[in-house]
Amino acid sequence: MAKKQYSFYPGCTSERKASAANYMVSVNAMCEKLNIKLNEIPDWNCCGASIGYAEGGELPRHVMNARNIALSEQHNPKQDIVATCAACWLGAKESSERLSASEQLLADTKEVLKEAGLDVQLKNETPIRHMVEVLIEDIGYEGIKEPMAKPLEGIKFAGYVGCQTNRPFGVDGESFENPMYLDKMVETVGGEAITNYERKVTCCGGALAFSEPEKSQVQIKDIIEAAYDQGADMIVTPCPVCQMNVEVYQGQINKTYNTKFNIPVTYYSQLLTVAYGGDIKQAGLDGNIIRAKRLEEIASK
Amino acid sequence: MNTLNTAMVEKYRNDFLKEVEENVEEGHWVKMCMQCGVCSGSCPFGPDWEHPPQEIFMMIRAGKRDEVLATESMWMCTSCYNCIVRCPRELPITHIMHGLANYAHRLGLAPKMNPTRRFAKIFWNNIAKTGRVNEMALSLKLYFMDGFASGVKKSLAMAGVGLGMLKTKRLNPFTLFRHKGVEKPKQLQAMLKKAKEIEDRRKGLAS
Amino acid sequence: MSDTKTAAYICKGCGLGERLDTAQLANLAESEGKCAITRQHDFLCNQDGVGTIRNDIDNEGVTHVVIAACSRRAKTEAFNFDDVALTRANLREGVVWVRPDSEEARETTQEMADDYVRMACAEIQYMHQPAGNQEAGSNKRILVVGGGVSGMTAALESSKAGYEVLVVEKTAELGGWAAKLHRRVPTREPFADPQDAGVVELIKAINDDQNVQVFLNSTIVRTSGAPGRFSVDIGTESGTTTTENVGAIIQASGFRNYDASQLPELGFGQSPDVVDQAGLEELAKQANGKPIQRPSDGKEVNSVVFIQCAGQRSNAEGHLPYCSGHCCNTSIKQAMYFKDANPGVDTVVMFDDLRTPGNGEDFYRSAQRKGVIFTKGKPQGVNKNNGQLEVKFHDMILDEDAIAKADLVVLATGQVPNSGADIEQLAAASDSEDTQNENAELTVPVDSILNLNYRQGPDLPHLRHGFSDSHFICFPYETRRSGIYTCGPVRRPMDIAQAAVDATGAALKAIQAVENASVGRAAHPRSGDLSFPSFRKEGCTQCKRCTVECPFGAIDEDEERYPVFNESRCRRCGTCMGACPVRVISFENYSVDTVGQQVKAVDMPDEFDEKPRILLLACENDAYPALDMAAQQGLVYSPFVRILPVRCLGSVNAIWISDALNSGYDGIMLMGCKKGDDYQCHFVKGSEMAYDRMGKIDDTLQQLQLETERVVTHEVEITDIHRVPQLINEYAAKIDEIGMNPFKGF
Repeated sequence: MAKKQYSFYPGCTSERKASAANYMVSVNAMCEKLNIKLNEIPDWNCCGASIGYAEGGELPRHVMNARNIALSEQHNPKQDIVATCAACWLGAKESSERLSASEQLLADTKEVLKEAGLDVQLKNETPIRHMVEVLIEDIGYEGIKEPMAKPLEGIKFAGYVGCQTNRPFGVDGESFENPMYLDKMVETVGGEAITNYERKVTCCGGALAFSEPEKSQVQIKDIIEAAYDQGADMIVTPCPVCQMNVEVYQGQINKTYNTKFNIPVTYYSQLLTVAYGGDIKQAGLDGNIIRAKRLEEIASK
Repeated sequence: MNTLNTAMVEKYRNDFLKEVEENVEEGHWVKMCMQCGVCSGSCPFGPDWEHPPQEIFMMIRAGKRDEVLATESMWMCTSCYNCIVRCPRELPITHIMHGLANYAHRLGLAPKMNPTRRFAKIFWNNIAKTGRVNEMALSLKLYFMDGFASGVKKSLAMAGVGLGMLKTKRLNPFTLFRHKGVEKPKQLQAMLKKAKEIEDRRKGLAS
Repeated sequence: MSDTKTAAYICKGCGLGERLDTAQLANLAESEGKCAITRQHDFLCNQDGVGTIRNDIDNEGVTHVVIAACSRRAKTEAFNFDDVALTRANLREGVVWVRPDSEEARETTQEMADDYVRMACAEIQYMHQPAGNQEAGSNKRILVVGGGVSGMTAALESSKAGYEVLVVEKTAELGGWAAKLHRRVPTREPFADPQDAGVVELIKAINDDQNVQVFLNSTIVRTSGAPGRFSVDIGTESGTTTTENVGAIIQASGFRNYDASQLPELGFGQSPDVVDQAGLEELAKQANGKPIQRPSDGKEVNSVVFIQCAGQRSNAEGHLPYCSGHCCNTSIKQAMYFKDANPGVDTVVMFDDLRTPGNGEDFYRSAQRKGVIFTKGKPQGVNKNNGQLEVKFHDMILDEDAIAKADLVVLATGQVPNSGADIEQLAAASDSEDTQNENAELTVPVDSILNLNYRQGPDLPHLRHGFSDSHFICFPYETRRSGIYTCGPVRRPMDIAQAAVDATGAALKAIQAVENASVGRAAHPRSGDLSFPSFRKEGCTQCKRCTVECPFGAIDEDEERYPVFNESRCRRCGTCMGACPVRVISFENYSVDTVGQQVKAVDMPDEFDEKPRILLLACENDAYPALDMAAQQGLVYSPFVRILPVRCLGSVNAIWISDALNSGYDGIMLMGCKKGDDYQCHFVKGSEMAYDRMGKIDDTLQQLQLETERVVTHEVEITDIHRVPQLINEYAAKIDEIGMNPFKGF
């Protein structure tokens, strides 16, 4: 099969020694096995994230994203833009839609991009997609299964889809209230999916994690509790913000609520990498603060 | 700032709905709300809002300008988009809330001490500087935004978190000194400045 | 009876042959059932089986046919022999499908089948092939009462189908309320703007139609007769009267506006600047697209508040308890009158629940786009202050009291049906008069619409809140007077679009009625039935029960107070037959005997056999189909029950109950449709009558020193597929508990 090529928008958290560095490591290993080539957009910038609105306003935010799209159109022509981070995907896709819908905004954006000698076409030749869309729609569940060497037998996963990978755009036309693709992916590589995990799409309070941590930690507590209630061994998620929030605050939550949370929070790409025979390092499992021991066992077999 | 606010009060008199339609991102949708309340019921932080979205929309129509622009409510939005996907009228509620917050902030009416407002400002300035997030600088700036003593306290409380991130190589203390952003940060800064100028001109916010 | 020849056909298909001893069934039909011919067939509904029956009728002189096969509701097209009396013994849905296929069940299952064959043979001996109504009227003209949108649409639709129509309109012009509208709610994509009401075109179509004759300034002075032969006196304002004969009547008498002067708290009558929706249409018509002016001083209206649900959807004294359906869309439309003329006008629609059915949602959105403000609020009062109206209200979203200032206030009041006299009130009044004056004439109030000369009163019975309806889901347009149909807001509150659809439906009903009447067939729900009731005059005691209890006013009285049946008005439910204490009323194919003999035909095991017998009289409209469907799903019930379909529980005569108890049945179940205000009875009052009568049976049971549980009545819906077998089984257990009927064997 010919290599599938995409214009890749990695995003800030994926950088070396950034909060989702290990996500990036596992994505690279996974794509290798699936024969996917990711061509990084040169000199990309931050998407503005959801919180950017307050100070950034409207046009500057769209300019940030339009700059990335313009760079992609220029350097990786006719390649779909793929993001691994929910916020990057959403920011880029939202700007692209909004600019396509408003001649005024598009004209203003083009005028600003001229400063950098750039232009943006937005002819919809390069749809903006999330990595999981590439997996489900382009590779397919059969294709995901193909390279499997070590099924993830006996591990129960709570598939935590979260907010922005799910809303407002959704993946593969699935329901916003109960998307199943993450569960199907888990089952495809031999894991046991808790399909009725009731906090599957609950907000982790990400945007408030810094500013109002006590509020966001109530959310995180519910998300973890529900996973434990259903006997999950670990949580799996497609979103770097979800991953970080649900993982790193467990210690603080334990202090506040006198709980004993210690549940690993992994990425789907880590699952696939391990199933494909990758080792701990390739799967970025050494980057998890709460180590996913059961996955590591399989990885080191 | 206050002159800007006074100018807007002058311009729109009592028609706050019109002011919102013309100046707030996606504000033209406000009139389309049918008051079903699904947004308020769907918000994960619904109970924390002084005025949930349904009420905000009603207040805008009722011309309660000062109350709307000064409320902490919109700042509770976590951008989870639950309201958007559930709204039977397909109002882009999340964006309207963002737009209102931004507008209130622009007019200097947003609550000064609101932590999310302050975080948002720090965040944008962080990314606007180099084009990419500097997580280390962002965290420290945040912890120390209320002064040195409070910052030390918060940092200590978060020390466990930071240490974990450091150990797993997911936080880089050296970016404090040299953070790799886009190749020409000055050019990006100029672009953002220009974008803001255009936006202000379009919305009549240019002073 | 010499020319009677009965044949019984026993089917062995669908597993009947394997599960039952069909030879024994044939034997029974011959010996006990007195059938001249008995045949078994492997597959009776196939061409050969049907051919066999046909051949016997044509060449062997068979006049009465018993088909022992599947339910009477199955294979009706195959077993359609309309030149003989015919009955069906239900061996499939009634026996083998509701019994387990096991050795121990075999004996009781066979007993069920034996009894059903006995019952069918007993019934057929008392059945006659219906000859059809001799009183059939063949007039196919259709009278439409009311010249509004409903009436005109009904007239045009009937005419298009080839029927001659008379339209009687009380006023000097056609058009009704719709003609008074400035614009109407849109009917076409994109449902965004008010559109022309289209009344001018409708009136022109009526005037151009050679099939339609219009009587203006006219009312109905007197209506008599029956479907196919109504005689109607049409009186004009000038006092002249013409008599016309018609076959069916469509009453489209519409509505009048709720009297807003009953709402002084909302400012009506206090200020000329408070109007109802009709008042606003007048102002809009005057303005004709220019800015609307307020009545008090002619100032251009710059702010207007619409108060929804004014005097309606409320249980307060003098208010309408119901929703009039159109008013939300109407206020949206009227708000657009202002916005379209001048977008700067403040328009507020104050609502509690905004209800915009159909494409009204698009219209609602369009109004929001135009800047109409919708406020969820409860109005508390409207006052005038410094020349401006103030609407005090409670904002239900912000939970605070507030004031909305307005140049004009529009009250969205409701529709009150023009349904004529309330005949129940009239009857109650005449009862009290009767005590003083035996010969008191019924005083017909001026507002009667039809002036029927029926003994039951001059107008159609009202269903609820004064609306003339029968059942809004199961049988709309039907009224409780055969051949007379209602449509439009006299039936239930509605808007123009709904009224037009309604009128079309009613026109179809009227056409069906004249066609059925012309060949002497029944209308809904026994459409096509040729049987009709007759009575033995010599036995009649002139008790009037049949005339009073007929739900359809089909029976009048002659001077000697004997019943006079208007067969064409009759729906063939048999409520009269159930009511008759001396059992003189019967149909050719349904009578006290056809049922009574079946009750008696069942083989009654003696007390020590431990085989109780339960008689189940099941309404053919809902209960019997539910039983059939239970059988289709393989649900099992007690083998001790014997099911006998009846046309309606209203036709159940008390004699059947006492006969059954006397002949040893241990329990009797009646299953009929829901009664009461939310009735589902296809004959409106039948199941209610049955309940009343069975209440009296309790006394009889006590006199006989029998437990009152020996007779039970259940309301059953067609969807009660699982409940019906459960009821039977529970009752069988109950009978087991209270023991056998002590009258057994006497």
